[in-house]
Amino acid sequence: MALPTLTSRPKRILSTRSKPTSGRLARFYPYFLIAPAAILTVVFLVYPVGSVFYFSLQHSNVTQPWKDGFAGLENFIALGSDPLFWRSLSFTAQWVVVEVGLQFVFGLALALLINKTFIGRGIARALVFSPWAVSGILTTTIWILIYNPSTGIGRYLADIGIGEYGTSFLAGDTTFWAVVLAEMWKGIPFFAILILADLQSVSLELYESADVDGAGKIRQFTSITWPHIRQAVIIATLLRAVWEFNNVDLLYTLTGGGPASSTTTLPLYVAQTAIHDRDFGYGSALTVVAFVILTFFSLIYLRVTKSKGDDK
Amino acid sequence: MTALLTPPSTAKSVRRDSAPFVRPLSAEKKRARRIDRVLTYVPVALFLVFTMVPFYWMLLFAFRPTGSTSLVPWPITLDHFSTVWNGSGFGIYFQNSLFVAVMSLVVSTVIALLGGYALARFPFKGKALFLVAMLCTQFVPGAMMLIPLFEIFNTLGLTNSLWSLIISDTVFHLPLSLILMAGFIRNVPMELEEAAWVDGCTRIQAFRLIILPLLKPGIVAVGSFAFISAWNNFLFAIMFLSSQDRFTVPVGLSYLLGEFGADFGALAAGGVIAIVPVVVLFAYVQKFLVQGLSAGAVKG
Repeated sequence: MALPTLTSRPKRILSTRSKPTSGRLARFYPYFLIAPAAILTVVFLVYPVGSVFYFSLQHSNVTQPWKDGFAGLENFIALGSDPLFWRSLSFTAQWVVVEVGLQFVFGLALALLINKTFIGRGIARALVFSPWAVSGILTTTIWILIYNPSTGIGRYLADIGIGEYGTSFLAGDTTFWAVVLAEMWKGIPFFAILILADLQSVSLELYESADVDGAGKIRQFTSITWPHIRQAVIIATLLRAVWEFNNVDLLYTLTGGGPASSTTTLPLYVAQTAIHDRDFGYGSALTVVAFVILTFFSLIYLRVTKSKGDDK
Repeated sequence: MTALLTPPSTAKSVRRDSAPFVRPLSAEKKRARRIDRVLTYVPVALFLVFTMVPFYWMLLFAFRPTGSTSLVPWPITLDHFSTVWNGSGFGIYFQNSLFVAVMSLVVSTVIALLGGYALARFPFKGKALFLVAMLCTQFVPGAMMLIPLFEIFNTLGLTNSLWSLIISDTVFHLPLSLILMAGFIRNVPMELEEAAWVDGCTRIQAFRLIILPLLKPGIVAVGSFAFISAWNNFLFAIMFLSSQDRFTVPVGLSYLLGEFGADFGALAAGGVIAIVPVVVLFAYVQKFLVQGLSAGAVKG
């Protein structure tokens, strides 16, 4: 093992030294290649992020142009006494925790199931993963058809004696769980796909030998599967939490943040401030707060999950 | 039991020792196997029902006549489709969406090929920084970008232009495209490329003649995901597009949703129009997605 074999080892050397394009320009090649990606990102992502911070310190409201100008911290001070801000913040937390938690549990279960060998696995995979490709607005369309009081599923349930006619799932107490279910439908495949990708790299020999040793299914999961997929799970839950935090398509179109702002997340509040009120200054201040919260959350999450996993 | 806790190499040798003894299946084992089978098929069936019923519900509403409450779309009618396609302008929205999605596909794939090749084949200073920066962009809320992007496109004279969508969508999708593509390129053996160089190919020739043909699955996957994300984009579309002849399908859907006393048949037909391209494409590429992620995208 200590001596490099001829077939595998010189790869690196060949790839860096004896390539056909030598000369002074050669070492700039990678930079030319990533330039388009880097330039687009800087112009349309990094610069806008910077300008949000700038706008958050300005009065900039299309409907009140006479007020435009430097605002200092006024937007942030206004935010402290804005009940909608606080309510949207607490709903965001509730939304992210419930969604990510449920999607993870069911996504993991689905990935474990669909990784087994059974008849029709290929088709089953394509079918259960398909909601992943469905947009937020389309999810809304589908679930509006299901939840609407006149021709939705409630009517058919009432036909067989469950519930009452004319029940709207998108009003009153059921709103939250109705929206949660719709988002789960779209979100479970995300976890399932990421976890399945990782499961497929677990060596089957490990399970075989565990079988021979008489380890049960649960023991196999905790001793082989879980340690293997743990890293992917950490990344997937973080990405999903960020995504659930940020994405507004479904809530914006399914409930519009209602009833009475009860399903307004912070980014949805931002979108409403930007699209309807055209208040760019205040919207930017809200955004800065959202960004700071998200960054801190991510850092803490990665720190907490890392310290546990260092024993590997 | 103890072998389970020791490193894999030991576990393997244990297996090798015991492999020659093929034990006959006891009745108990057979029963366990049957239970295992039930525990597989029943939950899979439940997941399938949960996934497919909403799709079926939409198809049901799209194909059954107005006023029908049957749970089977029979007799089938195409009235709802002609209503939304001609009456609500989905014909135009469909063309717009197609243009945006195809252009995003082309732009993202080309940029991802270039950048992915650099990430896969060159060691260069700032590579780690570039990767981290690309990942960080995933943390930026789309809603946050609405205001500044609107200002930028205003300056560039691109508001109410489909190009504003193509650009913003490509930018947001780029990190995933790049990382996936780099993974696919890394999977093409370096030796093949080197052999071409030895035979006198330039780097570009080797890329075009050797790498590109082998990369077809990767290109299909990356392109498809760019297409799907552009096709689905709603937030940027509703913010940047103001005249009806520029609307995309998601914007059209949101207007159908917003109408009071919505025509559910038309809404469902609009949904079917919106869903067909992405679901067909997804069914075709989903196994590449799993492969691409397995190839090391998640682990970096």
